[in-house]
Amino acid sequence: MTLPIFTPPEDPGPSFLGLLRKVGFEGSVPEKIENNNSITHGTTIVAIRYSDGVLMAGDRRATSGHLISHRTMEKVFPADAFSGVGISGAAGPAMEMVRLFQLQLEHYEKVEGSPLSLEGKANQLSLMLKGNFPAAMQGLGVVPIFAGYEEKTDQGRLFQFDITGGRYEEKDFVSTGSGSLHASTVVKLRHSSSVGLSEAIDIALEALLEASEEDSATGGPDLLRGIFPVIAKIDANGFERISDEELEGRTEIIVQSISERGNS
Amino acid sequence: MTMPMYVSPEQLMKDRADYARKGISRGRAAVACTYSEGVLLCAENPSKTLRKAGEIYDKIGFMGVGKYSEFDQLRIAGIRHADLKGYSFSRNDVDARWLANQYAQILGQYFTHEMKPLEVEMIVAEIGDSQVDDQLFHLLYDGTVMDTSSFVVIGGEAELIRDRIQETWKAGSSLEESIKVTTKALSGPDKTFSSDELEVAILSRGNGRRAFTRIEGDELNELLA
Repeated sequence: MTLPIFTPPEDPGPSFLGLLRKVGFEGSVPEKIENNNSITHGTTIVAIRYSDGVLMAGDRRATSGHLISHRTMEKVFPADAFSGVGISGAAGPAMEMVRLFQLQLEHYEKVEGSPLSLEGKANQLSLMLKGNFPAAMQGLGVVPIFAGYEEKTDQGRLFQFDITGGRYEEKDFVSTGSGSLHASTVVKLRHSSSVGLSEAIDIALEALLEASEEDSATGGPDLLRGIFPVIAKIDANGFERISDEELEGRTEIIVQSISERGNS
Repeated sequence: MTMPMYVSPEQLMKDRADYARKGISRGRAAVACTYSEGVLLCAENPSKTLRKAGEIYDKIGFMGVGKYSEFDQLRIAGIRHADLKGYSFSRNDVDARWLANQYAQILGQYFTHEMKPLEVEMIVAEIGDSQVDDQLFHLLYDGTVMDTSSFVVIGGEAELIRDRIQETWKAGSSLEESIKVTTKALSGPDKTFSSDELEVAILSRGNGRRAFTRIEGDELNELLA
């Protein structure tokens, strides 16, 4: 591996993906996958806007067909200091996409000396999805959500995507994955524009819990083994994960209230 | 057919070296030194956009003087190399020694084979888990590479500034002391730099994964006061 130096017309600029293509790391499109059950899938992610920024939450289950393949998979990641990305869909390509996305943002920041704008980051992810579209048509679809804190406007912003690379900005909350329907209903009923961090965490926990009860591919909080969703807040101080201890305490209260409700 | 004029290899190399040295000594100087928490990169640079110091990777920093377009191209090549290596292997497999060797190869190649040598002098700095692991690589225009764990001065009047630092510099100083020592050495006894005339950055063990940060504005003023 030698130092990659290019002539001006060949130079890939601040794009890491462009650089990968130049040095011959080109990915290939797989053949049609007949048995989709052998591929690991990740499931439910929600992102909620609250007063100081955004909150992202994802369950921990990964499934291969009807089997649970991982109990502790993490599907919410920091994209850079002030933004995060959550993934659902085929786990392999999704994790690779996150890794490349993180690298792309960091690479740009280092080469240019300043970070991309939040919208620029969302567009980059959109382009990566577009690049993955042929693979998505063969059964390896990835559907991420992207959220971040924008310093210029002092608020959180949320973006939803589809497998074609379509990018849709939402105002209050977004969700993706097999349990997203149930999760977003919970969020929709409880969310208001003035919701604070503490309440947003409770909403996210409850949304994932409800989703896990209706969707077999979404994992609920596991008090027995101490496995809780990955929840992270992104505000003026940047991306920060909420500790498992805090989530355990909150989950116990939610479980208690459900048991007092007594219905199913 | 006219015969090309004969120039002895010694003369050729000397001319090239003089040319490169002249280009480098026209610019302002820059210093890198180790301190208690990592490495300090400090340069006289009134520009806020055309930077001399930069981030290469998690624990690796860069500083260049001489012709901006040339060392900036090498800085970007270093980032590309490090990111590619980290992507294809692991983040832990990226190290400064390898990068310094690559830079040396390129500089040596230009020096002997191209029309003109690169008019640059550079530092590649890397911090380790503790102070003894911190390293500074000093690269010359002809591909010479040297390593040290104390301090390196590059650019115009480097000799003079080196002597000044030698007098006052102590291993394991605090950031504040180190900034004072280096800025005083850069400015000389008759002058003091304001924060607007300086470019200061650190690779600090306290910064988490990405060790590189710039120190600017009020923060720098406080440290200089």
